[in-house]
Amino acid sequence: MRAVTEISNNHEFSMRIRKVLQGTLMPFIAILIALAIGAVILIAANFNPLQAYQAMYLGAFADFSSFTEVLLDATPLICIGVGLAVAFRCGIWNIGGEGQFYAGAVTGTAIALYAPALPGWILLPLVLVGGAAGGALWAMLAGYLKTRFGANEVVTTVMLNYVAIIATSYLVSGPMIEPRGTYPQTAQIPDGARLPLIMPPTRLNLGFIIALLLAVGLYLLIFKSSTGYAIRAVGINPEAAHYAGIQVKKNILLAMAISGGAAGLGGAMQIAGVTYRLFQQISPGFGFTAIAVSLLVNNNPLGIILAGILFGGLSTGARLMQMNAGVPAVLVNVIQGLVILSVVAFGAYRILTMEREE
Amino acid sequence: MNSPILRMENIVKTFPGVVANRGVNLEIRRGEIHALLGENGAGKTVLMSILYGLYVPDSGTIYLNGQPITIKSPKDAIAKRIGMVHQHFMLEPTLTVAENIILGQFPSWTILNKQRIGEVHEKIRSLSNQFGLGVDPAARVSRLSVGEQQRVEILKVLYHGADLLILDEPTAVLTPQEASRLLEFLRDLAKKGLTTIFITHKLDEVMQVSDRVTVLRDGQVIGTCETRETNPRALAKMMVGREVLMDLHRKLASPGEPVLAISNLRVRDARGLPVVKGVSFTVRAGEIVGVAGVSGNGQSELALAIAGLIDDVAFDRFQLEGKDVTRRDLRAASHRHSAHIPEDRQKMGMVLPFSVSENFILEEYSSPRFARHGFLRGQAIRSYSQNQVKKFDIKVSDVSEEIANLSGGNQQKVVVARELDRHPGFLLVNQPTRGIDIGATEFVHQQILAQRDGGTGILLISTDLEEIFALSDRILVIFEGEIIGELPSDRSQVEKVGLMMAGKRDPDRE
Amino acid sequence: MDVAVILAFVSGILAATWRMATPLIYASVGEVFAERSGVINLGLEGIMLVGAFNAYTAAFYSGSLWLGLLAALFTGVLLGLLFAFFTVTIKANQIVVGTAFNLAGSGISGFLFESIFLKSNYSSLGIPTFNDLSFPFLTKIPYLGDILFHYNILVYITVLLVPLASFVLYKTAFGLAVRSVGAHPKAADTMGISVSRMRYICVVIGSVLTALGGATLTLAFANQFVEDMTSGRGFIALAAVVFGGWTPWGATAASLLFGVFYALQLRVQAMNSVLLPYQFLQVLPYVATVLALISVRHRAGSPKALGVPYRS
Repeated sequence: MRAVTEISNNHEFSMRIRKVLQGTLMPFIAILIALAIGAVILIAANFNPLQAYQAMYLGAFADFSSFTEVLLDATPLICIGVGLAVAFRCGIWNIGGEGQFYAGAVTGTAIALYAPALPGWILLPLVLVGGAAGGALWAMLAGYLKTRFGANEVVTTVMLNYVAIIATSYLVSGPMIEPRGTYPQTAQIPDGARLPLIMPPTRLNLGFIIALLLAVGLYLLIFKSSTGYAIRAVGINPEAAHYAGIQVKKNILLAMAISGGAAGLGGAMQIAGVTYRLFQQISPGFGFTAIAVSLLVNNNPLGIILAGILFGGLSTGARLMQMNAGVPAVLVNVIQGLVILSVVAFGAYRILTMEREE
Repeated sequence: MNSPILRMENIVKTFPGVVANRGVNLEIRRGEIHALLGENGAGKTVLMSILYGLYVPDSGTIYLNGQPITIKSPKDAIAKRIGMVHQHFMLEPTLTVAENIILGQFPSWTILNKQRIGEVHEKIRSLSNQFGLGVDPAARVSRLSVGEQQRVEILKVLYHGADLLILDEPTAVLTPQEASRLLEFLRDLAKKGLTTIFITHKLDEVMQVSDRVTVLRDGQVIGTCETRETNPRALAKMMVGREVLMDLHRKLASPGEPVLAISNLRVRDARGLPVVKGVSFTVRAGEIVGVAGVSGNGQSELALAIAGLIDDVAFDRFQLEGKDVTRRDLRAASHRHSAHIPEDRQKMGMVLPFSVSENFILEEYSSPRFARHGFLRGQAIRSYSQNQVKKFDIKVSDVSEEIANLSGGNQQKVVVARELDRHPGFLLVNQPTRGIDIGATEFVHQQILAQRDGGTGILLISTDLEEIFALSDRILVIFEGEIIGELPSDRSQVEKVGLMMAGKRDPDRE
Repeated sequence: MDVAVILAFVSGILAATWRMATPLIYASVGEVFAERSGVINLGLEGIMLVGAFNAYTAAFYSGSLWLGLLAALFTGVLLGLLFAFFTVTIKANQIVVGTAFNLAGSGISGFLFESIFLKSNYSSLGIPTFNDLSFPFLTKIPYLGDILFHYNILVYITVLLVPLASFVLYKTAFGLAVRSVGAHPKAADTMGISVSRMRYICVVIGSVLTALGGATLTLAFANQFVEDMTSGRGFIALAAVVFGGWTPWGATAASLLFGVFYALQLRVQAMNSVLLPYQFLQVLPYVATVLALISVRHRAGSPKALGVPYRS
């Protein structure tokens, strides 16, 4: 009898060890695999992968000031990523982080530009909340189309991305164009609407801290609150959730609102902390990268902080790689896709080995 | 005549967490009807699925006509003239009978023109006539009754030239009368030289139709014998491993106030067809009302309607615990006033990747017991779950374990424990013991009875007549969406209930 | 406005409709097969993009448009096998894999285009495109000639493709197997049909046709690859499958409807209209897609096992 308990204890212990290893190691291995395949592609395109990756690494981590640039890039990724995690946990495949980011950037800019007389301590919060609201509404539109009409959210959120991007292009070249300006961009937002720098002379600003707080807050929401419990139940088994008295449609809308709100906040903070004005391509695809960020760590907001910094490093590094080694930065998109596929393959492998063991 | 057509030797098959077959030996003689008897989970279906190529055994050999063979897929089995009628019909309702029958028969590039389809129809029709099955090859399967669909399944097997026929619990979906007609048909087939393996857990069917019987228990063969040399009591003992259960000790019910009263309840299905057609009844506190019927006669919809879980529902009056909720949100009202042990525990009763403790709070996750200021009370949830696990003797290493790792019986105990602990005035129970072992069944039955004795009014829906008679105080019979009669729960009524389940409104008249 | 102007405008739109719908028809008819077998390929966008790029690259270096088509075909086979490996063999979430395909597809086509072509010293990046066929007399019929008889071969192939697809799906043993595998895979399995094999084949069919649809963009319409040039057509094709009720003819009709909006956009833009900023036209196909999706609420005909990996 005692031997049996010992064995089961041992088994449990090794299971726990393995769980921890899987949680931390697996994402890194996934990234290594992606980088390895990326190296093959680099060779195929006649680049030296070592040189390219070295340029990428130095671009991101050469010194402290370049690392603050990484954190600057990580900020929108974390915001959108933790938002997507909530939607994914609710079983909603929100691919619309990009559009929701634009929606937040637009509303944030509009508030900053058209209510500039307000004092900073009101204006800045208003810009951020307004941005979050803009993103939330944009996401809820897709949520509404799903719950009311059964429209596939993957397709609608992608379509709404295009609509948001095109609408932004219209706004900055028409109604919101900077007075007497010729470029399609808005005027700069007033000082009172800007996020304070936290480490001058670097560009790192309060936005990064807000993103960290957001991640912690959404972690608590998903795993420790009763709302999060309901959202997860809906995501895994909507039928059982309905049976248990959980309102499925309400939770889908709520998850979409949180998801879009986080992305929208990211958009407003990009304006208030980095660019200070709105223009056509305000996002280099943050919304899509954030999908990989969230999936890489199994939609865990705390993990997303690290994954966001990692991918922020990849894209910052890639820009430098393009400048210094002439390697096109879009390579990062390939790596993102490959990372997701590696994670998927890992998951399948895990299920297979577990089945075999039992 | 008595040379074995099939021999299975030392068949072993394991699944994650379960050993389904542990070295099974089976010999089938040509032309016999061989019953494979055993409880749910004894490994009968797995063994036959191996024979039909749906599973590959871990080890063991199969001999057909004395030759060792390997069957890697159903295609191999069909080619070797083995056919199987599954418990859940393998028919796609949007296709016609003929289309279902010829699936996989022709090479991919074959053009299914009028002429080819005509030939197929002709062949099906002549087979159908030859065996007296009355199947129309051009009919869409969705328009056929359950009995007709079963005949299509049998015809499908005959069409592909099977001389070894496997039937998996074929009477489960039939009324007693339809069932006995099927058994007669099997005798006819045997006379025509077909060999039949017949999976069942019903003793009377074994006695009625089989030549020989093999009893499986816990993945092992307990014994094979000539049917005429054995008797139900001996078989039951082999099947269960001990003397069969006697009747539960049941106190007389003392019904009180009505806890559920509905009148003229109507439900339509997704296609807009009525499936529950104006049902009215009352359940009083402290009684168990059983709803007997063959599966698929509107029971599922009736249960979902009472729980407020489907949309297309109408009624004249609906009272729960004495309150009129006719015009209220039925889901909310039902959640407040009643508890519900659902038909399909895995699909509806639990969230599989959640832990045991997370599943315990599924219904009450936001109540002050388990949540404060919007946050879950981890410690309170944990100790509550540990208590429940102890009280209901649920086998689990820790309450943080995923419920998916538990056996079916233990999963069901979690659901039952959770629902009973809500102390409902009204309890809706649908198929509470389907697919779980005897021990758990007994436990669940006792819990339900204890609940009744505590004053809860219970509606028990079950297709298992044994269960209905064992637990109910009175019995309603449902047929094609209508309650066609009410009888006292007395074993002398079994035959009458059986006839009513087949649609006879007043069985005394005959 | 007089009648002639209106007539010219309408016929102009109709003339561009079929052309603009062509990539959508290829992709959506292909996707009908994948979805009818139970697999939803959300990576169409990425596959179309890589198909367009590879067709362009092959045509650029070989000078042969047909080799370009062949390259797209191989691309489709390869990516289809890869997608099927992940979704059928590994049984991974089809949405996640599709998203990865789109990211990687956009990345690799963009990366290779930038590093091979944009950094090169080629004097021109253009390739010749498939010429419009000319039909004696027919092309000259007023209006009708414009609407029906002035397209290139890739557009006319759809005239054969769609009835063929419909015939295969509804009149062959293969089609019967496809439909059964998507609706009731277990039943098909018990009749000796390999569910995985059927799904592999159908995903590859869908992927090949989608890659060919991408090739029409570079080989017939533009004469050059442009990064992310599919701009959502893969997703619009997915919507066309739903809107078309999972049938080849339905998907084609839906594609033509979306084609009208593309044509409208082109046409009004070409008229150099000052009435509307061009973004209002640009957004039309996307809005139309959303509207189409909500108008078919829970449409019957959706394959019952769509999106569900099969475990025997």
